[in-house]
Amino acid sequence: MAEVAEKKVATPSEPLLSKKNLKLLTHPLDADNPVTVQVLGICSALAITIQMETALTMALGLTFVTAFSNLIISLLRNTIPSRIRIIVQLAIVSLFVILVDQLLKAYLYDISKRLSVFVGLIITNCIVMGRLEAFAMGNKPIPSFLDGIGNGLGYGLILMIIAFIRELFGSGSLWGFKVFEMAGIPFQGNGLMMLPAGACIVLGVIIWIQRSLNGYSED
Amino acid sequence: MENLISIGVRSIFVENMIFAYFLGMCSYLAVSKNVKTALGLGIAVVFVLAATVPLNWLVQYYFLRPGAMAWISSDLAKIDLSFLSFIVFISVIAAFVQLTEMAVEKFSPALYGALGIFLPLIAVNCSILGASLFMLGKSFNFAEATVYGFGSGIGWLLAIVALAAVREKMKYSHVPKPLRGLGITFILVGLMSLGFLGFMGFAI
Repeated sequence: MAEVAEKKVATPSEPLLSKKNLKLLTHPLDADNPVTVQVLGICSALAITIQMETALTMALGLTFVTAFSNLIISLLRNTIPSRIRIIVQLAIVSLFVILVDQLLKAYLYDISKRLSVFVGLIITNCIVMGRLEAFAMGNKPIPSFLDGIGNGLGYGLILMIIAFIRELFGSGSLWGFKVFEMAGIPFQGNGLMMLPAGACIVLGVIIWIQRSLNGYSED
Repeated sequence: MENLISIGVRSIFVENMIFAYFLGMCSYLAVSKNVKTALGLGIAVVFVLAATVPLNWLVQYYFLRPGAMAWISSDLAKIDLSFLSFIVFISVIAAFVQLTEMAVEKFSPALYGALGIFLPLIAVNCSILGASLFMLGKSFNFAEATVYGFGSGIGWLLAIVALAAVREKMKYSHVPKPLRGLGITFILVGLMSLGFLGFMGFAI
């Protein structure tokens, strides 16, 4: 008897950063990127990437929301009736979004004003809902949490690349510093990059480059 | 009246949900492969937007804004529930979408067959919640909010049908392989958005 009990205790508890779990973190950065491969969360990726500062804030907010709502939903996954799961998911997600929104309003009021409705729109950001449906509903809490962080980072990576290009060529600055002026190069600023249309074309080209590098194709 | 027409035209063309704000992009890209399904989803979006924006306006006006509940009793006049707007708005939208789905399923099976799969998707379409949140920032009255919701829906319908039509033709053109699918679609949307810029500064 004692032996059986001991065996149960000794059942291998997976280390937090095992190979499998590490993959959950790194996979969404390139091969399974939420923006360029899964086509989720496009709205905000295009709308708030005029400056790097706002893009980073948004990426951090989204990572927080995805990770924690993945965790909670995964803990509850066996008790949620499947007919009303969308509403349950939305309620949990909006709880975290309200937290993020209130925090931003309290400590980063400027950025929160610039992000305007897009903080609220994290609720309907397809990355959050997509990961909840596709991963958290069928996996254990810790992998789900890591999956949330990984997808948040993948989203953040694309966001920062777009914001870098748009801020550099659109207003000739990086992180608010006028780099062209500092280097003594006269630079007018490219209006197209500041427009939504510019963001679309930049993202299209990024997808083009990524896919020619990793050989992914749709048909 | 003139004001209403101006809001309607602005929300369709100048502040187009897709081309000016990129809201509802996920379903916009996923469901724009052919014109017929695009039209189905577009009509469902128009209907849901035209109903939920005024509904959320009522909720905001009578319950959530600072001092809104003074009409119930003067004790409640000091309460400010505006921090709850996200969760309340999304619940209203999700509940409305669910109700519509049930009603359509019961009374018009043919329409349900056409729209059925799109209706649940709409609850998580950013343009629906986005329109309600924009409405918050614009201090509309009830009629203006209704026109704004309807106009935004029409703008979205226009955008998705236009993209679907272009994508149908794209099948016959020779696009570099890594650019095929998503990449070229983004560039197309960017070019169409440039076209819509022509409406900027257009006032009635």
